[in-house]
Amino acid sequence: MKNRHLENCGAWFLERFPMAKLWNEHMAQYYAPKNFNFWYFFGSLALLVLVNQFVTGILLTMNYKPDASLAFDSVEYIMREVPWGWLVRYMHSTGASAFFIVVYLHMFRGLIYGSYKQPRELIWMFGMLIFLALMAEAFMGYLLPWGQMSYWGAQVIISLFSAIPVIGDDLSLWVRGDYVISDATLNRFFAFHVIAIPLILIMLVFLHIIALHEVGSNNPDGIEIKESKDPWGHPVDGIPFHPYYTVKDIVGVAVFLFFFATVLFYMPEMGGYFLEHANFIPADPLATPEHIAPVWYFTPFYAILRAIPDKFAGVIAMGGAIVVLFLLPWLDRSPVRSIRYRGGIYKKAILLFVISFIGLGYLGMQAPTAGATMMARVFTAIYFGFFLLMPIYTRWEKTKPLPKRVNEQPSIEDRIPGIKNTFSAMTHDVVENKNGHTVTHKRPDASGIAHVLINLVKKFKGSLD
Amino acid sequence: MKKLLQTCLLLLMPLGVFASGGMELDSADIDLTDKASLENGAHLYVQYCLGCHSIKYIRYLNLADDFEVDQQEILDKVAPKGAGIYNKMLTAMNGHDAKKWFSIQPPDLSLIARSRGADWLYSYLKGFYIDPKRPLGVNNAIFPDVGMPNPLWKLQGRQKAVYKKIDGQEVITELVLEEPGTMSAEEFDKSVNDIVNFLVYAGEPTQLERRSMGKYVLFFILIFGVLAYLLKKEYWKDVH
Repeated sequence: MKNRHLENCGAWFLERFPMAKLWNEHMAQYYAPKNFNFWYFFGSLALLVLVNQFVTGILLTMNYKPDASLAFDSVEYIMREVPWGWLVRYMHSTGASAFFIVVYLHMFRGLIYGSYKQPRELIWMFGMLIFLALMAEAFMGYLLPWGQMSYWGAQVIISLFSAIPVIGDDLSLWVRGDYVISDATLNRFFAFHVIAIPLILIMLVFLHIIALHEVGSNNPDGIEIKESKDPWGHPVDGIPFHPYYTVKDIVGVAVFLFFFATVLFYMPEMGGYFLEHANFIPADPLATPEHIAPVWYFTPFYAILRAIPDKFAGVIAMGGAIVVLFLLPWLDRSPVRSIRYRGGIYKKAILLFVISFIGLGYLGMQAPTAGATMMARVFTAIYFGFFLLMPIYTRWEKTKPLPKRVNEQPSIEDRIPGIKNTFSAMTHDVVENKNGHTVTHKRPDASGIAHVLINLVKKFKGSLD
Repeated sequence: MKKLLQTCLLLLMPLGVFASGGMELDSADIDLTDKASLENGAHLYVQYCLGCHSIKYIRYLNLADDFEVDQQEILDKVAPKGAGIYNKMLTAMNGHDAKKWFSIQPPDLSLIARSRGADWLYSYLKGFYIDPKRPLGVNNAIFPDVGMPNPLWKLQGRQKAVYKKIDGQEVITELVLEEPGTMSAEEFDKSVNDIVNFLVYAGEPTQLERRSMGKYVLFFILIFGVLAYLLKKEYWKDVH
């Protein structure tokens, strides 16, 4: 009797809401390529971190005070007095850095497998907008603890607006709401950080996923799985997202959480990279810190800003470094998507790009010296060269023929014998006679290690052709 | 971890030239499970530091709870006379006077261990030497021209700096004891270490709880990961 009522209730709901249709379209009958590899975990992980930031953020706002005279103390109150407050705060602060790690890896995946190329340009554009919103969210959130680095970091970045000719000074005044960073700035940043930008973020994530599900996911081979279908109309190389990728992504979640919890419980400051040391001193408008550096995830762009001698040109270059990413789908002229079938020039270009991006990130944290600025200029040139020369070098490179079907990927288990062989090649057995027992020890073997390393370099060099 | 990262960064530096900054930092021996050291550190802090520097985020009650001792013991042995168990560790010095005397208000030291680091604090507290050019007669090898006298001089004695000329600049290479204090060098090092230990505790009182909880969380995630992997393997059996 009771059961029937429940059923009726369910039926009433389903007659009015396309629950089954949504579930099938986006989960149970959304066919994803079966050859996703390591790089494909970061999309779902980004969603996980987003949820983490939302939940911990809501809990933090319950005790945080967006007031210049109370903000710093309220954060310490959360760290010390609020039950589990330290855990929530560290989850939020570690989550911010984790978000950028995950998103950078997610974007790099798009780069190497050509996921931005036709017909997925719009997914890339929405993704870039998410990245932009994320940067705004992180920047504004960083002011809220009201430490020295919060204050002076915001001061430096907002003063960039004043480099814009004619309207610059008025614009930065309008953004700050005061002549210096002050209570007014803190209040508006709080409003943007907890309401405006999260709303935009969640809408963009929705659009990103809807656009993805319209055209279907790319894969490491960069070919369309829709081109070979079985008699029922399903792609032969596709598998339903649920349950196959839901269970697979849970494994990724576990591995991610292991690293996340290690940082959270044992090194939440991450040696001053996730929480900067100077931010444990309350904001003081009269005392400038010796060295102002943004948090690590902004440093590549900060290094580009500093590399340009003219302030306004630097601002343009920094903005350009992000704008050029939006143009990526149209800069790439290669007929193939995946790096697996591209020519050697593109692979070397990607390698140079990665080196220059990490190099810029490192230089952005350091105090500027003549040598460092020179290096930053070289890396900036490579960064822009990678994108702006792309129409030339991708058009003329020799690509490899594409397969009709996706390639079989070796699983972790398949790799175990290879790993065992490498290990035994790097060690040699030492037989010892101890108290009448024969004991065999594995000892590192110098020539074996050298041999393995040389092979690794050779293999790497070969993979660049 | 911090040292490891620093080493990595140093290795990454392309042929960087490092100027020697004179004195190197001594490393403090931090052990937050050593409650006796923490209590002694708190006692010394109240005796020698609280005159000028508050620790406004700590109440005496926190000390009793976190050091696992009676509230009365904290009131008798640590807290200044007249302080109640619910009082915060605040200095009695008036900020206005402080500004007149030292030209700066002595900062609150609740978070000093988090912004400066334990080794820096340990070296700083041991780094005072006689310098007649300074208004208070002392200078510091780690924090040059600091506006603070050596609060521990009675215990430590007075130190003299030994200079060496490097690239035309006078650089302090070591500090030698000129006039002994009431403590031997080992006793003094232990006392300073206790103070630093206490300051590290004060910077984040929950850190012991955090670390001890970590292993259970990681163990749970590990088990969860193994189960998730087995589930994935089961589902993916039929994908070829």
